[in-house]
Amino acid sequence: MSPVLILILLPITSGVLISLLRGKSGSLARTISLILHFAAVAIAVSSFVQLGKAPVNADGVAFAFIRDWIPSLGIQFYFGFDSVNAPLVLMSSIVCFAAVCCSEKIKDREATYYSLLSFMSAGVIGAFCSFDIFSFYFFHELALVPTFILIGGWGAGPQRKYATYKITLYLTGGALVALLGIVLLYINSNAETFNMFSILAAVAKSPLSESTQNMIFPLLLFGFGVLVSLWPFHTWAPLGYGHAPTGVAMIHAGALKKFGLYGLLRVAIPALPLGSQNWVSVITLLCTGNLILIGLAAMRQRQLHMLIGFSSVAHMGFVFLGLAAYNIIGITGALLIMVAHGFLAALSFGLAGSLRDYHPDLEMSKMGGILKQAPFLGFGLAIAFLAGCGVPGFANFAGELLIFFGSWTELPKPYVILAVWSGLIIGGVYMLRAIRKVLHGSINDTWKNLEDVKGMQKLAFSMLILALVIFGIVPGSITTPAQAPLTKLVEQVDSQRENKTAFKQESNPLKSDQTLVSSLDHQK
Amino acid sequence: MNTALIQTEIWVLIIGLAALLFDLWLPKSKKSTLGYYVAALLCVVLYFHFKLDVEAMRLALAQDSNLSKLMTLDGTAIFLKRIFLASGIIISVISCTYSKRFKSGIGEYFVILVFALLGMLFAASARHFSMMFVSIELITVSFYVLVSFNRNLLSSIEAGIKFLILGALSSSILIFGMALVYASAGSMDLSAIKSMPTESVNNPVFILGFIFLFSGLCFKVAVVPFQFWAPDVYQGAPTPTTSFLAIGSKAAGVVLMLRIVYEGLPTSALFLRDFLFGISIITILYGNLCAIPQKNIKRLLGYSSIANGGYILMGIASMNPSGAEGVLVYLAAYMFAILGAFSAICFLFPEGKSEEISSIAGLQKRSTVISLVLTLSMVSLAGIPPLAGFFGKFFIFKATLEATAFSNIAWITLGVAILGVMVSIYYYFGIIRQIYWPDYNSDQNAIKLNFVQVVVLLVSIVGILWIGIMPSEIIEAARQASLSFW
Repeated sequence: MSPVLILILLPITSGVLISLLRGKSGSLARTISLILHFAAVAIAVSSFVQLGKAPVNADGVAFAFIRDWIPSLGIQFYFGFDSVNAPLVLMSSIVCFAAVCCSEKIKDREATYYSLLSFMSAGVIGAFCSFDIFSFYFFHELALVPTFILIGGWGAGPQRKYATYKITLYLTGGALVALLGIVLLYINSNAETFNMFSILAAVAKSPLSESTQNMIFPLLLFGFGVLVSLWPFHTWAPLGYGHAPTGVAMIHAGALKKFGLYGLLRVAIPALPLGSQNWVSVITLLCTGNLILIGLAAMRQRQLHMLIGFSSVAHMGFVFLGLAAYNIIGITGALLIMVAHGFLAALSFGLAGSLRDYHPDLEMSKMGGILKQAPFLGFGLAIAFLAGCGVPGFANFAGELLIFFGSWTELPKPYVILAVWSGLIIGGVYMLRAIRKVLHGSINDTWKNLEDVKGMQKLAFSMLILALVIFGIVPGSITTPAQAPLTKLVEQVDSQRENKTAFKQESNPLKSDQTLVSSLDHQK
Repeated sequence: MNTALIQTEIWVLIIGLAALLFDLWLPKSKKSTLGYYVAALLCVVLYFHFKLDVEAMRLALAQDSNLSKLMTLDGTAIFLKRIFLASGIIISVISCTYSKRFKSGIGEYFVILVFALLGMLFAASARHFSMMFVSIELITVSFYVLVSFNRNLLSSIEAGIKFLILGALSSSILIFGMALVYASAGSMDLSAIKSMPTESVNNPVFILGFIFLFSGLCFKVAVVPFQFWAPDVYQGAPTPTTSFLAIGSKAAGVVLMLRIVYEGLPTSALFLRDFLFGISIITILYGNLCAIPQKNIKRLLGYSSIANGGYILMGIASMNPSGAEGVLVYLAAYMFAILGAFSAICFLFPEGKSEEISSIAGLQKRSTVISLVLTLSMVSLAGIPPLAGFFGKFFIFKATLEATAFSNIAWITLGVAILGVMVSIYYYFGIIRQIYWPDYNSDQNAIKLNFVQVVVLLVSIVGILWIGIMPSEIIEAARQASLSFW
């Protein structure tokens, strides 16, 4: 049995097993989901390490598992690892395990909670393991209903109901628009199956007309964009994460949100090079919105978890910038940030969650001295804040650096450079301010009895910090293997874009249809 | 006439008549067990329906000059007959529990239920106006009785009267449309209408006739502007009747629409596609928007059923192979979701308690199975993976996307449909919300279910998950069935 299949089945098994318990024992439910999620981490790590040596199939996929699912539509179960999705799967499984660890404080209807959380992680891991676009979408949607019930049922905060509906409606709307784009792409490409490779191959062989691409690309851009909280469709994210229970915010902000970016990186842009080229200026404009406007909004936040929510939205701007550039440096950087931000978001939401377990009000001006009171928790927060403003040594720095290089050569528009530069400054301002307010200074009375994290939570945070540092010091472990498949994607995009310019130059001298017809006759 | 061709219908008729007789010998306290016998016999009929040699029957039908004019045994007919039989079985079982609330005539309830089923089976095969009208009347007249069966409840009687008056009106519209189409085509046979000359297609009499004909069917499917009866009747009717109305009566209307549009509409009349898209836009908007403020769960499902009629109409209006396939998959998925929802409602609310959404608050603590069924049904109706409803919507959206090549209104319809799905999530998830994070103080008494009730609930769970996770079989069956239109 392919390890990838086991990886997907583990959280599903956890969800089904726990729901069969029918709420009898909360601690048993927690144990089951801890064990199965840890097993998933073990499998993901070992597969990631073995990836270079494992035999690959014709598409370059290791550990492939292929079965027909709906033959009449060419839909398959096509799971596997290649060097692009493997780091994402690794990140997702670690984040999901950490989320289970950080759910210690859940004491109400635990069995239901853990079974829904397991289905959520099944959705995340399944989506990133899929090479079939349909099942990729299908698994992402699997997480939607659990998210709704979890945020509404176990979330906290004054606007919980509003936040729950907002996140659910935004995510459904975005996903439906993206689905239209996916189906249109499949119908127009005349591909035999729904998997990414055959659609890309079909499109490479007979490219879609520019007008078709112009029609499909915005559907995918805005559909996926809503899911990634592209400005101005971001409003669900800080609110939803701020009210979600810790584990859900960790999985959603860390792993699930990367779904849309992965779809754009892997499918939308390479399959529709001309359409994306025509929309590049829009993407750049919107991602400067993420970098500057959301950054400014983050500066104004008084609550710690809202600050983290806004900063996680702002970080998406970097990834979009890398995707807009779409050269090898840029998308390698985008991939690296997707992984790094997954760990970072999970870490910061996890730590904020453990603070909130102690006291519900996280107003930063009333906090202070956490570093002294709870050294490990404070240390983790310091790491998260520093990684968040792009300090070297963490994986985020490497990714952001690559994206600057990539976009510098590809998008020489002054406002982009200005935006990125000021985005960094703004990030530095709010992150460092948060360090001063939350970690340093004297302890406030409210926080006097705060206990440091311990047990499983400590393990989870250590794993996340370790991952950030390891990939920060050796980013090559992700970027070097990913070189080959990413180059292939970039080449496909470039060749079609170049063909188009070549075609334009050829056709420019032809003044009217009449001359076109006569020149065609001549060629015959 | 070769009676072997309508053997399924004959057996169902015999079951109905036998139930009528058997009722006389049953003691009064045991009357409601009649439903179990009916369901068991219908199971046998369904089993043998799967064993039928359909190819041989089609050959025999082609040789029978009388019957072949009236009916067809194509894939769609066979597919839908199985759906009707399956829903008939489950509804008879649900009715057993519910029928204890009837003050009198418990036996007759099952008999009329079987007759309505008989009408649906004939409707699935009908390809001639006379056959269509007779079968649709058999269904509607049976439902006049079934809707008002709670004779002691004013709401049930009110629903029955509403259904009777509007139903009679729509029947007259339907038959008037048939007459007008007959006047311009010179035949009541669908294939003859399809091959009629272009000049008579452009004749206003034909267009008017088609619109009247379609309006009559719109009433059965509860499509705007013929939807006014649906919420009141859904709320007032006994719950098993409501669920049969939501699946059986709707699907019967849908199959006639499919036949008329796909088999009877001449190629030169394809411009009517935009008209159908227009109706589906209004229906989706109306059903979904009106469902938002509802407080009664049966009434909410009445509005949701209007919206679902709109989605089905999208599939019919796209007039391409994936449209027909999509409609069939949609109906199969819809059947399990509706059966799940209504059986949960039926077991959940005790006699005399109105089906307010507020009274399902905290249901999760009272009964795991019922809350699971209700959650899965709502999510499936909203069309979210990995449940059955997703594939129904997926195929219908795909068909409409393919139709955008011929009609610009298809784009608007798609936009409205997406909006509709988002709105529907709001109210479907509102029910889920009450189950898991209630707004109201909840009733804490655990709900006791007997064995048969648990089985019914499990069947709908399995059906919803089966179509949602392993859809290839049902999609293949629907594809084969829809091939009969090409």
